[in-house]
Amino acid sequence: MLQIRIHGRGGQGVVTAAELLSIAAFEQGRHAQAFPSFGSERTGAPVVAFCRIDDRPIRRREPILAPDVLIVQDPTLLHQVDVFQGLQPEGYVLINSRRSFDELGLGEIADRFRHERLITVPASEIALEHLGRPLPNAVLLGGFAALSGLITIDAVAHAIDDKFKGEVAAKNIAAAREAFEVVTERLRGPSAQTPTATEESRPC
Amino acid sequence: MLKQMEGSVAVAEAVALCRPEVICAYPISPQTHIVEGLGALVKSGALEPCAFINVESEFAAMSVAIGSSATGARTYTATASQGLLFMAEAVYNASGLGLPIVMTVANRAIGAPINIWNDHSDSMSQRDSGWLQLFAESNQEALDIHIQAFKLAEELSMPVMVCMDGFILTHAYERVDIPTQEQVDGFLPPYEPRQVLDTAEPVSIGAMVGPEAFMEVRYLAHAKQTMALERIPEIAREFEASFGRAAGGLVRRYRTEDAETIVVALGSVVGTLEETIDAMREQGVKIGLLSIRSFRPFPLAAVRAALQHAERVVVLEKSFSVGLGGVVSTDVRLALSGIQLHGYTVVAGLGGRSITQASLERVLAEAVADKLEPLTFLDLDWGIVNRQLAREAAMRRSGPIAENLLRDLGTVQAKVH
Repeated sequence: MLQIRIHGRGGQGVVTAAELLSIAAFEQGRHAQAFPSFGSERTGAPVVAFCRIDDRPIRRREPILAPDVLIVQDPTLLHQVDVFQGLQPEGYVLINSRRSFDELGLGEIADRFRHERLITVPASEIALEHLGRPLPNAVLLGGFAALSGLITIDAVAHAIDDKFKGEVAAKNIAAAREAFEVVTERLRGPSAQTPTATEESRPC
Repeated sequence: MLKQMEGSVAVAEAVALCRPEVICAYPISPQTHIVEGLGALVKSGALEPCAFINVESEFAAMSVAIGSSATGARTYTATASQGLLFMAEAVYNASGLGLPIVMTVANRAIGAPINIWNDHSDSMSQRDSGWLQLFAESNQEALDIHIQAFKLAEELSMPVMVCMDGFILTHAYERVDIPTQEQVDGFLPPYEPRQVLDTAEPVSIGAMVGPEAFMEVRYLAHAKQTMALERIPEIAREFEASFGRAAGGLVRRYRTEDAETIVVALGSVVGTLEETIDAMREQGVKIGLLSIRSFRPFPLAAVRAALQHAERVVVLEKSFSVGLGGVVSTDVRLALSGIQLHGYTVVAGLGGRSITQASLERVLAEAVADKLEPLTFLDLDWGIVNRQLAREAAMRRSGPIAENLLRDLGTVQAKVH
């Protein structure tokens, strides 16, 4: 079973991201369960959503405490919420940021995990460019498809098309595809995921 | 047709397939998405001639439901938590009058302290109302039980409450098989009321009944629920024959054949419990599970048959009778009258406290070793409880309990819990 935890803030489409992921997995013939952290979500408040993917029906209904995948939609959460809580040693991490893990001050944490599975992607900027709004959720799913190969970009596109309509769907799909390309390119590149530490280590 | 969708939307689609004629509801979390979905379907014209009636409260919702059901219209509503309490008087009226309304309760805790999360306190507060109460384990089952509920309600002329865990099911996206209109039409005949307000054949409904016949009217409600003990499994079998999958029924057993320990539970926690039981079975523990799907009528005979050969029974429930202990446990004990076995009550998941497999394995291992207290609260934070008790012992003006406990806890959002 693959367990994915998504952290973000109310208004960023955290719950929708988990739902989209479950639809994408369903498109690929798999069983999937997506659910929110059941908070009284408010705009800007930390929000968590979960997605489980498996080849057989999913019976477990507890929150995901030991995720295989972590998607962080808002890097300002990194110093407010223990987003890495329970992350599996082989886990994947995708963070919405222009900065690298080192620049985000996550160098030490990153050392505990497999470097080729950790990446940042400027999802808000990509979203702004395509949607005119910094909504990173669908974009990050494109990045996740590239990072992990656990879900195809076409399934992500299909899920977006299933949940949204017309222009909104088309723009989100375009943004997700760009993130897919960005991440694919970075993974190919020489100094891909964790560029050397730079002068600043401020968050975001 | 297989679809990946939210539980609430799946239930809305199931209700729509039952061709309701009147839907009246007042929004309350976590029920809201169900009636939003139905509202959208009515507005689109897809449910013609169904009327969606906006009401000003839950009390009004049930009152409108009573009125519309009495005119012979297939009627649906949904609520949760304080909403169910606010409509309580009309809830009793609906069953007392024998009107086959179907209502979803998206199970949620009752305040104070105000809490929007899941437990079974709301449904349990109405367990003596005369409504039948069916509990769903999954979204597929919630969808399927709604279709069965209309059939059951209308055959008996009694209202049915379909209970599904708020958020855990209502807000979960998972795979569901949505039946076709033809399938549902083949299973659920048009509603033929036993009583109807009809100007051509005028009757009055709702007479005052004194000591001369009140007990008899009540007894007849009980007689109908007793009939339901027969009809619920039959309808589940008919459903399986028509739709090709099992859903509903009185109880469901999981690995109970040779079980020395049997856990009894209701609703969505059954899934996590199955995983727990599989893990414990691998360690050689003879343990099984009994899922109670019909809480009213309570299937005394089926529960007794399932549990009578066990050495111990652990009732894990998301409900709590303050000053006594378990709510479900009391009924389970009645089913086991005269049988000697170890009985434990584990109160779990109140107000949305997560019920994890790790915690279940721990508490069930204690039960298997007969080291469990008769009444246990799963993952209770004794630290903050004892601090408050000490505070109250130390000073008179100890202040509001909820606020004190939250202060003791500090920031709770920093952790996934």
